Amino acid sequence: MRISLALVGVTALAVLLVPPLVRLDQQAVDLGAKLLSPSWSHPFGTDDLGRDLLLRCVYGLRVSLLVGVAAALAATVIGTAVGATAGALGGWADRALMRVVDTVSSVPHLLLGIFIVAVFRPGVWPVVVSVALTHWLSTARIVRAEVLSLRSRPYIDAAVSGGASRWRVAVRHLLPGVLPQAALAAVLMVPHAMWHESALSFLGLGLPTHMASLGNLIQSARGSLLAGQWWPTLFPGLFIIVPTLAIAGLAGAWRERINPRRRSELML
Amino acid sequence: MARLAGRRLLFAAPILLVVTFGVFAIAAASPFDPIKAYAGTAALGADAETLARLRENLDVDQPFTSRWWHWLTSALGGDLGQSSVLRQPVAQVIGERLVRSSLLCAVAFLVAVLTGTVLGVLAARRPGSVLDRLVTSLAYSLEAAPVFWLALLAVWLFALQLGVLPAGGLTDTASEQVTPGQVASHLVLPAGVLAVSQLPWFTLYVRQGVGDALAEDPVRGARARGLSERTVLLGHALRSGLLPVLTLVGSRVPELITGALLVESVFSWPGIAAATVQAATAVDFPLLAALTTLATAAVLVGNLLADLLYGLFDPRVKFSDM
Repeated sequence: MRISLALVGVTALAVLLVPPLVRLDQQAVDLGAKLLSPSWSHPFGTDDLGRDLLLRCVYGLRVSLLVGVAAALAATVIGTAVGATAGALGGWADRALMRVVDTVSSVPHLLLGIFIVAVFRPGVWPVVVSVALTHWLSTARIVRAEVLSLRSRPYIDAAVSGGASRWRVAVRHLLPGVLPQAALAAVLMVPHAMWHESALSFLGLGLPTHMASLGNLIQSARGSLLAGQWWPTLFPGLFIIVPTLAIAGLAGAWRERINPRRRSELML
Repeated sequence: MARLAGRRLLFAAPILLVVTFGVFAIAAASPFDPIKAYAGTAALGADAETLARLRENLDVDQPFTSRWWHWLTSALGGDLGQSSVLRQPVAQVIGERLVRSSLLCAVAFLVAVLTGTVLGVLAARRPGSVLDRLVTSLAYSLEAAPVFWLALLAVWLFALQLGVLPAGGLTDTASEQVTPGQVASHLVLPAGVLAVSQLPWFTLYVRQGVGDALAEDPVRGARARGLSERTVLLGHALRSGLLPVLTLVGSRVPELITGALLVESVFSWPGIAAATVQAATAVDFPLLAALTTLATAAVLVGNLLADLLYGLFDPRVKFSDM
């Protein structure tokens, strides 16, 4: 828990502060220093164009996190809207919406993402949209279940008998109740979205190659890897793993706080 | 059981219909132009009249709903269209590659299930022990690791540094024929990496299931009767602990497909997934549409399989209730 908090803190600081403070050009090419193995001056070594990998990784994490957060937010908004609508309306609307959720979730995420990116051509927005459109399903299910359980509470009955409209009950009374769950789902989705972005970028279907996301870093390191240089591949991958574990650890602790009964559930 | 399977198939048909319809709708909403994809660079210099004729010939001047209907009716007749990037009929592409992908996935899944069971039981036996903590933290780290990254590192270690296994492909480049021995040696790395990517999830669930079962009454009873620890662990705890995991096995098909997509593309394994990436890069719509439908069908079959397994292994579950 403390380690996770510290790691998330360090990650956030690095991503937010390093680019404006360290006024080094991460794209600056220095062919005289290409593919240096890790040393004191370059802790992660350099890539095939002589750029410092630590700096590249921090910038890559920044790009990947931005895309991940944007996609997770969009997915949470879609999921909350669908889940809350289904739960609040009930009846055939609920059944129809949940059928849609079931249908979309029977297409493998990455494949659907690939399809969306393929027809819209790779770029930042298609990646965000494709991740958002494939990741809202679990949020919709969670929010719907939460709304259903809230609907039977006395305070909702009180609001309804007090003459509150359906819309008012949904927005003023149900939505605040589901927000903690939705927010938790959003936080847990960020690493997922990052993973997804890096997978798409790795396949050459993600962000444009000049944007140094972690997936692009791994993709562009393939040539060096086949020539035997392991560090341009290893470090960007670690930059995906460590924040993922830290966020999962933090979200797990948070989940235990907001619903202590689910202690036995797995974190990831 | 047959009734359950039949009912599920009845449900699957509308889902597949909706998915194919969605695929056509998304393509229609996108800037993707089938004519440019078909004609390639030749479309740049062509005059409007030729393009219009081409449009008419390929039936793309019609709204996407009628194109979808046309695709659907011919697909039911076995004609899935022509893949532009592989220059083959789509049905033939799938037929050739499905075997290789299934081989890869089946081997990987089997290895993952067996290793995961062993590791999970070992970890569950003494919760909090060094072994348990080692297995658990390794599983969490592997779960967080991107599979393509693991694949690349595996290539570096086993193919480049140690030189014990081939780095990719189905057979050696010099070889003319596809021999089982060659395929086996080329299968080890991709299947191993895919197995490792599926392993953490399985291990954690087995650990959880067996751990929970070890704290329950049947196990206490078995211990009280003086049964050996081995019988208690494997005969009682593992059996009831594996039940919840079994239902999840079938629902792991999407993750398996996702993993296979990435692993196949790293190792240039000539399977369905590699074709998907090629199709996506070149916007080969007929191939993409067919592959998306196929993957959805695989997921639905996986779900059905999970239900059937659950009913078979747990006598308390009746098929008529499902």
